[in-house]
Amino acid sequence: MATGQASLPPLDVTRAPEGGEVGAVQSGWRLALREFMSNRLAVVGVAILLFFVVVCFLGPLFYHGNTLQANLIDAHDPPGAGHPVGTDVNGIDILGQLMKGGQASLEIGFFAAFVAITIGALVGAVAGLAGGIADTVLMRITDVFLSIPFLFVVLILAVRYGASVLSLSLVIGGFSWQVPARLIRGEVLTIKERDFVLAARTAGSGSWRLIGRHLLPNAFGVMIVNVTFQVADAILIVSYVGFLGFGLHYPNIDWGDMLSDGTGYLTDGYWWLIWPVLTCIVLTVMSLNFIGDALRDSLDVRLRRR
Amino acid sequence: MTAYLLRRLGTSIIVLIGISIFVYLLLHAIYPSPARAVLGLRANNAQIAAWNQENGFSRPVIEQYLSYMNGLLHGNLGYSYANNQTVGSLFAERLARSIYLSGISLLLAIIIALPLGIFQAAKRNSLGDNVLTSAAFILYSMPVFALGLILIQVFAISFPLFNFEASQSTSIWTVIGDWHSMLLPVLTLTLITVALYSRYMRSSSMDVLAQDYIKVARAKGLPERLVLMRHLVRNASLPMITLIGLSLPFLLAGNLITEYLFNYQGLGLLFYDSLGKEDYPVLLAYTLIGAVFVVLGNFIADIALTVADPRIRLA
Repeated sequence: MATGQASLPPLDVTRAPEGGEVGAVQSGWRLALREFMSNRLAVVGVAILLFFVVVCFLGPLFYHGNTLQANLIDAHDPPGAGHPVGTDVNGIDILGQLMKGGQASLEIGFFAAFVAITIGALVGAVAGLAGGIADTVLMRITDVFLSIPFLFVVLILAVRYGASVLSLSLVIGGFSWQVPARLIRGEVLTIKERDFVLAARTAGSGSWRLIGRHLLPNAFGVMIVNVTFQVADAILIVSYVGFLGFGLHYPNIDWGDMLSDGTGYLTDGYWWLIWPVLTCIVLTVMSLNFIGDALRDSLDVRLRRR
Repeated sequence: MTAYLLRRLGTSIIVLIGISIFVYLLLHAIYPSPARAVLGLRANNAQIAAWNQENGFSRPVIEQYLSYMNGLLHGNLGYSYANNQTVGSLFAERLARSIYLSGISLLLAIIIALPLGIFQAAKRNSLGDNVLTSAAFILYSMPVFALGLILIQVFAISFPLFNFEASQSTSIWTVIGDWHSMLLPVLTLTLITVALYSRYMRSSSMDVLAQDYIKVARAKGLPERLVLMRHLVRNASLPMITLIGLSLPFLLAGNLITEYLFNYQGLGLLFYDSLGKEDYPVLLAYTLIGAVFVVLGNFIADIALTVADPRIRLA
């Protein structure tokens, strides 16, 4: 990104190369935060994401749209008094739906990413640390999962077992841990050669303690970047599932569901059934991509984008 | 190089076997037998057991898996009870249409994205580069259907220039000739792919531009155009080989979302229909073949890369 290119602001770190006086050296995380905040797109991304989280989760406390009862007198009302974003075919308030659907989409996005990063971290750390045959087997399994067209499997499972926030998160997370597993394995391979790991080993740390206390915390940068993209991808996948008509069931709803309902009226001019929810999906995914890119720029120097 | 390719082939085969076991077991676990769908809701347990016995669905899973794989390797993809047709013939009916849609979009995307990425890298941080990068970023964050819906709204409804439904003809030649209906689906897929490819092309061009041989080429007085044409294009296009390999599955498995949105009778829509009908033989074959093409695409890309790039060949 062009703005990712922007040069770093001068750091007020007085570092003496050899001996000499060393001033307040800032921690790596501080530096990362500083670079992150200097990225305008990242700040915009955080703002957009916060906006959606606040509106979707706190909005319903203040705005009570009818999202449950059919009210045919108010069907297909355009945006106006009482219904800021209009109503759908059953007279259900779109703004209320957007908040409710946003909750579901964001919950699935974050939870699926959590599941994916947990499995990925375990597989990657174990494979990287163990090496040898365990590494080979785990990585071939990762290859297998990486090659399975994951949207198809999610759809098959969603149709068969019904879609709920929990099931979709588990399925999406359960099939998207491969990339984090590979990334974390790569990290672990380099970290485990470092002296502090040797020191910890010498001090008697077992493998699990090593993974939990030393390897994963040091791979945290890679993990947090990946989680951001995982959330974006999961929200996209959920919207695909919903768009194809296999999403959450009434009274629950997600953004993809709403879109699926709305596209039926594309030619009728009921624009408020389509474009608001589409904007929500695109903006949320875009904000997460902004944040992920900026995090990568600030945390992971090797993957620095141009 | 031969050793590398052989090792690569070995890994691919192991992965393929792993995929087939996993996908088969998964689908078998959630849908052991199509007996209920075939015999109807009124069939009793004895009838179902008899049907299972007769059609081999009561054998141990391993045996069923082996006989399915045996059939698969002999070109028998199974039988769709919902359509009363072999899965192979169902696929054959639609294969050409999916290949056409995905193939033409892929081709257009390469033709557009290559020069676009090079242009952006050569004029980095110019106004044109920034506009294109932003556009690519927005497109990249869009679900495919979002772009499709916008194109439909603008070019089929607000300004009714094109059809919002893809060609419904069963003849591939009619479909190819009917650009009035095919333009929007092709455009949707092309734009999404261009967004992805041009991002990679821009960054790989920029890597190449920083190389010493580009400096040498410039230092010996070669015009910038020739530097780009002779030295940049071929080197910067290498990562594209991998990307195109990754796109191979879409080429053959069709594109679910685009085909659904434009009601295009390709393989993707077949998968969608089969989902609704719980037609598991089709879903199984489709998922398996999709996975096979992912592996195949990666493998072909690796071979192509080895052939194209002596640095890999000799390493």
